[in-house]
This record gives sequence, structure tokens and C-alpha cells, in this order.
Amino acid sequence: MAVLLDSGARVLVQGITGREGSFHTKLMLEYGTKVVAGVTPGKGGGEVHGVPVYDSVAEALSEHPDINTSIVFVPAPFAPDAVYEAIDAGIKLVVVITEGIPVHDTMKFVNYAKSKGAYIIGPNCPGIITPGQAKVGIMPGHIFKPGPVGVVSRSGTLTYEISYLLTREGVGQSTVIGIGGDPVVGLTFTEAMKLFQDDEETEALVLIGEIGGDMEERAAAMMAKGEFKKPVVAYIAGRTAPREKRMGHAGAIIMMGTGTYESKVKALEEAGALIAETPFQVPELVKKALRR
Amino acid sequence: MKLYEFEAKQILAGYGVEVPRSVLILRGEDAKAKIEEAGLRFPVVVKSQVLVAGRGKAGGIRKAEDLDEAVRLVKELFEKPIKGILPGAILVEEAVPFERELYVSITIDRSERKPVVLASAYGGVDIEEIARERPESIIRYHVDPFLGLRGYEARAIGRELELKGRLLVSFTSFLQTMYRVFEAFDAELVESNPLGVVGDKVVPLDARIIVDDNSLFRHKSLVEGRRVEQRGEFTEWEVKARSLGLAFVELDGNVGVIGNGAGLTMATMDLVYHYGGRPANFLDIGGGARAELVKKAVSFLLDFPKADRIFMNIFGGITRGDEVARGVVEAVKERGLKKPLVVRLSGTREEEGRKILKEAGIEAFTDPVEAVKRVVSL
Repeated sequence: MAVLLDSGARVLVQGITGREGSFHTKLMLEYGTKVVAGVTPGKGGGEVHGVPVYDSVAEALSEHPDINTSIVFVPAPFAPDAVYEAIDAGIKLVVVITEGIPVHDTMKFVNYAKSKGAYIIGPNCPGIITPGQAKVGIMPGHIFKPGPVGVVSRSGTLTYEISYLLTREGVGQSTVIGIGGDPVVGLTFTEAMKLFQDDEETEALVLIGEIGGDMEERAAAMMAKGEFKKPVVAYIAGRTAPREKRMGHAGAIIMMGTGTYESKVKALEEAGALIAETPFQVPELVKKALRR
Repeated sequence: MKLYEFEAKQILAGYGVEVPRSVLILRGEDAKAKIEEAGLRFPVVVKSQVLVAGRGKAGGIRKAEDLDEAVRLVKELFEKPIKGILPGAILVEEAVPFERELYVSITIDRSERKPVVLASAYGGVDIEEIARERPESIIRYHVDPFLGLRGYEARAIGRELELKGRLLVSFTSFLQTMYRVFEAFDAELVESNPLGVVGDKVVPLDARIIVDDNSLFRHKSLVEGRRVEQRGEFTEWEVKARSLGLAFVELDGNVGVIGNGAGLTMATMDLVYHYGGRPANFLDIGGGARAELVKKAVSFLLDFPKADRIFMNIFGGITRGDEVARGVVEAVKERGLKKPLVVRLSGTREEEGRKILKEAGIEAFTDPVEAVKRVVSL
């Protein structure tokens, strides 16, 4: 078992002929992900790393009805359209890598996906990986290994750093999800936690948060209510970030007094999470949590 | 992108909202002639156009009873920095005899992933203060992003504010207009605080709009047609960084920080702090950075006077260690090693990268904790 993604994934790459789309198709294939088709409007009939390219998602699905997952590399102005196209074709997991999508657009397609029962991961995210089974994303595959720890994160590189530290210490991962750094994203911490709660392989969860928004506080509330019962180790980036300043990620900003480091850490600590003060304390705390 | 008060009010006026009559004085213009020409009625309010919050408390809003006083205040406000920022323009506006002040804004509730209207009968102070002093007075109303704000919804909010009769109608129409602006301009925030009650009408005494930077590709006229250049939101070095395409935020400490990825860069700042140092900045070179970008970032921090040392923390996934190292060496070759530079390099091609750095006499570590301890001890 794993969360959202396993070896049964049959993947469509939207924006496959672009620089990023093509490069990461190659890396996903090398990892063992079953990438079965790609879409770039106007480039149908071609091939990228042996993967057939179609003009539309509907066409790709009629040739490859087993497609169940899509990854979107389409540039920001056109990405929302690609997401709607995937949802309307009936794909239930859409991973949006694209950075820079206007937040009003994201707000709409995320609500639309919900009404259609589809999961969106991202936008502006590294994607999802179930080590040893499949990766649908842009993370370097070799730093992960299969194991009992779920990871859910708002940051890309920090996810790599922490997963690498875990792997080096011999602690593998069940599924690692980068949910993205934008103010509005599809899959949230609490939704991911529901999935990890039901996953028998996951014995503990690493939650990597950032300043901005209140997703970490909501995660804490879920723990406090007893709806998430597995041990949680949390690291929150941005303790030294000033207010009202965007820290690289569009979503990493303390606005109108919400989203502070202190509020997040306090809520999580009170709910029983182990707080890592630096990313490098995470493996030790995870080992402690697993021994409990 | 934050809009100035005068820009926000112009937009609202363009949608048919009645705003106070006013005239904008740009730096260097003849205030007396412009106020006379506009034929404003006195008293007027003279308002510094800056993008920082808390302008009123900082003395940026003053009342003038006649033309001479207004001209004197315009001159005074041009020379008065608000939180360190001199204004590029002053708005002179007819004073509106309001009876009370409301608060109303539309923003995005990130967790609900829906627009939310916030309103309170106790406006005139910022929302954080209302939330502290009178949290029960704040009305929160979520809007379906596909349907927009319906008339009956706006009326329900007005009734909760205990508005009645024609005042309720005026408020409803204003709130729906605010929502239209919120949508049309891809706004992260549309706020009127205070929203004055004047007889049976509401009048926006102040207005604030923040446009989502990601949407600027479809709002080119907002950027290109600006009458007053953006001041106040960014420091001098932040403006320089933006022109170079660097994601940089200035902080108060002395340890220059570079990382790849926003989360890792923030974590690096926190790490510096954790080990007793104080970060001078945030500088994220993002994923997959090439030598050219690395060179630009390192050169920038070598020049940045607040940083008396530099800590660079790179975890290579897509980013290649040798590429990073080449960029660092080129920057140092060009600028000289003006200040200590400590690099932590892990991940893809880390050994090649560290070798290149060591040959150029730059300290390179694998363990970030060792590296940060080193940089703090210098």
C-alpha cells in the first residue's frame, strides 16, 4: 500500500514536448514510472523518449484507456486549461508542477476538481513519489527509499534534504508528497493526513511546513481531535522571516497577522507533534517516534 | 503588486463608485496651482501615497482648513519619510463628514480555497486590531468562486452590520462592485478601511488593492501605465535584486544567505539564527540554477554591504554541484573574495563541485551544521 500513487499508475504528461516536460519524462521513465502518453496541442503524432504524443487528453485516453494519473508541465497562462481538460477526461489524480499560475485560476480549478472527485497536487510543487514504485514529479529519485514514514511538505528542496537525511539514517518512506508553495493548493496537509491515516504501511508522518496560511494549525487541530493517530514530526521553515514579505514562494508570507512560525509551532506542539528546530533533527525525532 | 490609494480609488471610480473628489500632486509639481485648478472644497485631507501600512499613525494623513495650509502640508509630507520611505505623490482630497466608519475587505481564504468577505462595524483601525479588540464584530462570509457574490449575500452581510433602508442598498451595491474589482484585477486583497457612512450612503475614505503578481501577464496596463513608480514596498537593494531577476529579501543581520529553493533558503536563515548568527537576507536561486545565475547571486551578496560574510547552502537534486561551484568561482574571480564565503554543497555532483571550490580557495562543506557553525564563528 501507499498513498495516492503506486506501481499501478499509468501516467499522462501534459506539456511533454517542452524542455521541462521532456526532461522529466525521461527521468520518470528511468525511475520505472509507467509513462504511457503525452499531450501537446499541435504536436500530436510525434514521440518523446519513446512516449507517443497526442493533441488532446481525450485522444490520449481513447488510445490508452488505462491512464489514471496526469502530470502538468504546461506554462502558467495555459496550465488551468490543461487541468480542466484532465479533470473532464475523468483523470482522478492531477499533479501540477507549473509555477506562477494566478491564484484566482487555481482557486477555481481546485474547487472544480473537488466537485468532480479528482485530486490535484500542487501547483508549484515537486510532485509525489512512492519509493520503489513510481514517481510523478521532478524530485531526484535516488535520495528516497521504501519504508514506513510518510512525508508531506510545502517545500521542494527541503523535502529532498529531509528525505535524503532519512534515507541516509536508514529510515525509508511510504509516500512523499510535495503539496506546493502557492497560497492556494489542491491537496492540503489535512487531506493528505486522512490518506496517510488509512495507509497501513505508514507508521509515522513528517510534516514540513512554512510560514503563511493556516494549514499547519489545521493539521494540529486534526491531531488534537484524535482524527490523526500516528506520530508526527514537524519542521516549520521561516522562523526568522519578516512579516508581509514574500519569501520566494508565493504562499510563504505572513499577512494580516496570520501564518506566523510561533502560532504553527505552538499548535503542533500542543497537539503532540515532535518539533524539529532544524531539518537535521528530523531523522533522530522520527526514530524516537517510531520506537514509541 | 500593491496599488496606491489613489490608484485603487481610480479603479473603484471607474466602476461607478462615488469616491471623494481629489487631486494628485506628483513630486515637483506646483501644489497650489493644482489644488486651485481642481476647485476642491475645504477642509481637505492631505495624504502621503506610500505602500506601507500604518500611514495614519505615522503622521502621513493630515487635515487642512484652507489652501495655504494644504500647500504647506503637501510640502511637509513630501519631506516626511513614512517608515523610512519618502512618498512619490500626495493625494489632496475633500474631507467627507462621515458619521461612522466600517471595515470591509475581500481576500482569499487559503484553507477554504474560496474568496472571503470580512466586515466589521468598527472600522478605522487595522483588521489585526479589530480581531484583537472586538473579534465578535468580524463577519466572515465565504463566496462561491464560480457564482461570485450575489446581491442577497451582500445584503445579508449589510444586515449583519445593522445597516437599513437606502444605506443598506448603497452598501450592497458597493460590496458587489468591490467583488467585481476583486475578480477583474486578480486581486489578493480589496479593502476599504474606513468605509465611511455619510447619511444614507457609504463612501470609501481609504482603499487598498493588492494584485496577484502571478497574474500580471494579463494586467500589463497596470504596470506600464503607472504614474508613480513603486516605492516603499521594497528597499534599495531589493529593487536592485528584482531588476537582476533575483528572489531577494533584505533582513537585519550580517550573515549573507543563499540557498536553492524557498523552503531550504528559509531553513538556512533559521539555521544561522539557531547557531547564534543573524541572517542579512533571503536569496533563493531556485531549482536547476546554472552557473550564470549562481555567479549573479554570489556577486550580488559580495556587493551587498549588510552582509559581512556569506553562507551558501545548496542541496543538489536538479541543481548540479559542479555548475554551482563554477558560478561561485567566477563571481569571486571577478569581484575578489571581499568577505568570507562558506559553501555547503550536497547532492548531485557534490564531489566535483567541492573540488572546484577548494582549488579556488573557497571553504566547502558537506555537513550544513558544520558549515553554519564555521560561518557564525568567523
